[in-house]
Amino acid sequence: MKIDENTAVAQPQDTRESVTFGGDRNKDFSQEPLCLSGRGVTRVFHTGKTTTVAVDHVDFDFHKGELISIVGESGSGKTTLSKMLLGLLEPSEGEIFFKGEPRDISTSAKKKEYWRGIQAIFQDPFSSYNVFHKIDSVLLDCINMSGGRNLSKDQKTAMMTEACSFVNLKFAELTNKYPFELSGGQMQRLMIARIFLLKPEILLADEPTSMIDACSRATILDMLLNLRNETDMTIIFITHDIGLAYYISDSVYIMEHGKFVESGKADQVILYPQAAYTKRLISDVPKIHEPWDLSTV
Amino acid sequence: MAKKILEVHGLTTKYITRQREDVYSVDHVSLDIEEGKSLGIAGESGCGKSTLALSLMGYYFPPLHYTSGEIIVDGRNISDLDPDTVRKTILGSEIAYIPQAAMNAMNPTRKVGRFIEDVMRAHEIQMSKKEIRSMAEERFALLGLPVEALDKYSVELSGGMRQRVVIAISTILNPKVLIADEPSSALDVTSQKMVIKMMKDMMAKGLVKSMIFITHELPLLYNVTDDIMVMYAGQIVERGSASQMVFDPIHPYSRGLMRSILVPEEGTRDVKLTAIPGTPPNLKHPPAGCRFADRCRYAVPACKIDAQALRDIGEGRTYRCRFSEEQLREVYKNED
Repeated sequence: MKIDENTAVAQPQDTRESVTFGGDRNKDFSQEPLCLSGRGVTRVFHTGKTTTVAVDHVDFDFHKGELISIVGESGSGKTTLSKMLLGLLEPSEGEIFFKGEPRDISTSAKKKEYWRGIQAIFQDPFSSYNVFHKIDSVLLDCINMSGGRNLSKDQKTAMMTEACSFVNLKFAELTNKYPFELSGGQMQRLMIARIFLLKPEILLADEPTSMIDACSRATILDMLLNLRNETDMTIIFITHDIGLAYYISDSVYIMEHGKFVESGKADQVILYPQAAYTKRLISDVPKIHEPWDLSTV
Repeated sequence: MAKKILEVHGLTTKYITRQREDVYSVDHVSLDIEEGKSLGIAGESGCGKSTLALSLMGYYFPPLHYTSGEIIVDGRNISDLDPDTVRKTILGSEIAYIPQAAMNAMNPTRKVGRFIEDVMRAHEIQMSKKEIRSMAEERFALLGLPVEALDKYSVELSGGMRQRVVIAISTILNPKVLIADEPSSALDVTSQKMVIKMMKDMMAKGLVKSMIFITHELPLLYNVTDDIMVMYAGQIVERGSASQMVFDPIHPYSRGLMRSILVPEEGTRDVKLTAIPGTPPNLKHPPAGCRFADRCRYAVPACKIDAQALRDIGEGRTYRCRFSEEQLREVYKNED
């Protein structure tokens, strides 16, 4: 094969391919109003005679516009905590505060009201959709739920088109399709389009990129960051991938056996870990600039 | 030059779908591995990594079919053997394969030790139960696995331990090539490290002579293998040493992959993360020209017309692009 010396390499036109962390990396969020906080939050499960303390007296303060990562291995209690944050599980002990007030989700009306403020993206995009609903109806539901029920059809279409273009999907190509006709990455992007329409104050993302590969992962992260920068949403990112957590978050909480063993600004926690568990977790991750010490297992 | 343990020339395999369509998931793949070396295979989901692993065993079952090419293991061509011979004389003894969910493959009603007896019987090796047992104990001790595990049911072992036990069982006959397809991706970081350590030990102690490691986790490949090969749409697009591939990729696709690496290290927060837009092509109707052209930032119209062959630039490095190394490096330099 001859090298084509005469043709010049095309100069790339930049179309949102490179992701840069928007916003200020060193912003101090402690001055921002509190969005979600918890004191002594605990959840105990009883199965037969055994008692499992899945989440054990955790305290947290999530501020407006902050991107928080909760990092832990399997079985550390991440998912139980996220279910409590979403109001799907009640804490056995302790209290969760929503915008400074104790959270009240005792009735289904109050729960609905709470869910206007907090939404979630889950790990498995394939099981997040109702298979009988077409994509337009998925998006239409979001508009209706967020108070756009009385808008004209054209206005609704315009909103859906805008939401799809925010996540680099073409709305015209999606109408009349079912969610399972999309790839995993596309479904996860559609999930973000839903969040874009709903505009909740808090987004809880539970391992949203663990089932898609590295290149699509960057796109999803980019979209979440854009969403945060445009709407000042608080994003709680639940992950076991410490490299990912370091890249995107402002604050990191490290969870082990239901407890937060360390928390603080991302740079502080990842580069200068104090807790033995955090140190071990970071040393066990393969890196590319530092040697990976296999003798320590 | 060291002896070549595995040589593959122009291997092509296809899936035949229910609609009788051919999907060429491994398309003219040639590779070789020297004794004592390991090769990593990287790429997006659906680019043919796992199909290549299956194809390399020389054992095909529908919907996967062999089309052409040669697989030579330690001087012996295994691509024209019948399936039964491959099962008896190649699998396990020449090539061992660890599939993605290997740790769930063990029959929960049998103790671990029985699986080793099964392996021996399947290969028609004449050994008494006692001899097998002492051999198994020796091997477990050598690999740092608890000997008591032999008397346990698989459900009594943790995920990481189960995976290490499966690897130990499948390499009990000292295969020349070990093919591991995402052996650690279902495990947490600490168990992953233990699995990797054991695999590296096996190489160091000469229990396996060479290794093919498949994963999409690039920092892991960089730390485990000597060479990295990047696949895209069933073809090899680039191959080089691990550090060349991670720090100095030539092909635009490899570069895209390497720029999606996230590690908890100082400075990584400030790098630009690159996403590759679009999805890999449908292999039922692969594009005529470069398969990556539709998603490539640097593609010119001619890219979509003529297919490119792999270009050898010496020192074991090959890549598949119409542009020269210098041309590509020049654009990359302007971009950074």
